[in-house]
Amino acid sequence: MATASRVRRQLPVSPWLFAAPGLLVIGAFVLYPFVSTLINAFTDRRTLIEGEFVGLANFRELLHDDMFWIGLRNSTLYVLGVVPALVVLPLLLALLVQKNIPGIAFFRSAFYTPVVASIVVVGLIWVWLLDERGLVNAVLETIGVGRVGFLSDQWLLLLSAMAVTVWKGLGYYMIIYLAALANVPRELHEAAAVDGAGAVRRFLTVTVPAVRSTMVLVGALSSVAAFKVFSEVYLMAGPSGGPAGEDTTLVMLVQRTGTGLTGRVGYASAISVVVFVITVALMLLVLRADRRSET
Amino acid sequence: MKVTDDSGRRIKVWELVLRYTLLLAVLALTVGPFLWQLSTSLKGPTENIYTSPPQFLPGEPTLHNYERVADTIPVWDYALNSVKVATANVVTNCVGAALAGYALARLRYRGRRAATLAFILAMLVPVEGIIIAQFTTMRDLGLNNTLIAVVLPGCIGAMNVLLMRNAFLNLPYEIEEAAFVDGANVWQRFTRIALPSVKGTLAVVAIFAFMGAWDDFLWPLIVLSDPSKFTLTIGLNYLHGTFANDERLVAAGTVIAVAPLIALFACLQRYFFRGVGEGAVKG
Repeated sequence: MATASRVRRQLPVSPWLFAAPGLLVIGAFVLYPFVSTLINAFTDRRTLIEGEFVGLANFRELLHDDMFWIGLRNSTLYVLGVVPALVVLPLLLALLVQKNIPGIAFFRSAFYTPVVASIVVVGLIWVWLLDERGLVNAVLETIGVGRVGFLSDQWLLLLSAMAVTVWKGLGYYMIIYLAALANVPRELHEAAAVDGAGAVRRFLTVTVPAVRSTMVLVGALSSVAAFKVFSEVYLMAGPSGGPAGEDTTLVMLVQRTGTGLTGRVGYASAISVVVFVITVALMLLVLRADRRSET
Repeated sequence: MKVTDDSGRRIKVWELVLRYTLLLAVLALTVGPFLWQLSTSLKGPTENIYTSPPQFLPGEPTLHNYERVADTIPVWDYALNSVKVATANVVTNCVGAALAGYALARLRYRGRRAATLAFILAMLVPVEGIIIAQFTTMRDLGLNNTLIAVVLPGCIGAMNVLLMRNAFLNLPYEIEEAAFVDGANVWQRFTRIALPSVKGTLAVVAIFAFMGAWDDFLWPLIVLSDPSKFTLTIGLNYLHGTFANDERLVAAGTVIAVAPLIALFACLQRYFFRGVGEGAVKG
């Protein structure tokens, strides 16, 4: 370590020169806005008016704000709808593309395409597919089911947006699962097969326990992302959040309340604080559920 | 043809058929929507795009819609704005994250742990929750409605800094020691020895910075209000909101927005996949 300690010698300012740009950017545009969100939540600040300290008034107002409850409901439903699908389906997909059969690299890449595309592109593609006169309805009509108002009914809209989120996320989580599956010892599968376990049994008794920690990771990542959903619903239901705003999510509400020249920065910050708290709670919940099922 | 699995055993024919059937079904589901969009964008103005049963291939393929979308919104200006924003984001993230990552991994100084902690905290802050405060910060700086404001908040991502830090930490110390003995200063060790050894991670940072900036929606939507400054994603949203009735136009616009990224992905898949692994472990 004698030489290592010599490497340490350097100009005293150089580490700070190296780190300065990064620290400046995260300080000014992440940490400072974070702190100022926490402070603003207790003020009546607006875009053009500095505002004053109002204590818990914003939070008290939230309790009686129907739109807030609608947003909370929809963001929560989004987590409940999207997360189970994103934990299970990409795992099945990973099992499907895991085996090295001819052409599999092409399939892996192709399944990843929706991840690469912008959420705006994806949203608009599905708006057109699910249109009253779009492809999905044309197919449904041809096979005799009849047309469905995917984008006009409040609940179908939310469901459609969830489907789009799952569709776009499949490839991403598939790659995460592929990495985890590569570490599952093949002997386990072989031993189970010798014992006469079928494919489903082997999946439940070998694969699932082996990738359980990855499933928890995917659960945590996808639930946090799902709770903060904005773009899919904004694009499919429109800026005002579908019929009578019934499809508004919490982040949509933050965007709608806090921006523009008349934006209620204080009130929007209070909603943001709720988003923070629930996001952290979700993460802790998933990690705790993991620990409990382990013991 | 004989197909074997990793352990050299022959895969049964029925299993192969089942696998390929499923693969093709998922393929139709994941890539099909893109192809349908492409097909719609190539359909002529007189062609009925609402037929039932649907018509998958354009009867008389034409690029007419791509000209028309440029007449409706300045789509090429928007594309240029997206290129500017994405390029700037790549440069600042690569340079800033490499410098800061090197400082966190290799240099010894008081406050290093605090600096590392600051980046970890920054990584955990959800962007959606601070977007209003970012907006007021930009207003205070007088930068609202500029492309600079679009780039600034993410121009050195905390996650990228930590990725670079880990890459530098994984390099063997001995090489740098040798360079030190030869009289190389910090800057020379950084640019000539450390940096060339982490090219792979740097490529991951570059790709995700490009993709992040090109695909971003919420932040530019909030910070840009003047239609002449729009990026492609915001421009598409504007096109969709204002001229929603012409699906051919919107389809042409989305194809313009997605084609560059699909091309990039086709060329550099390795790094895209690698980034998912590294990002997920940190995230």
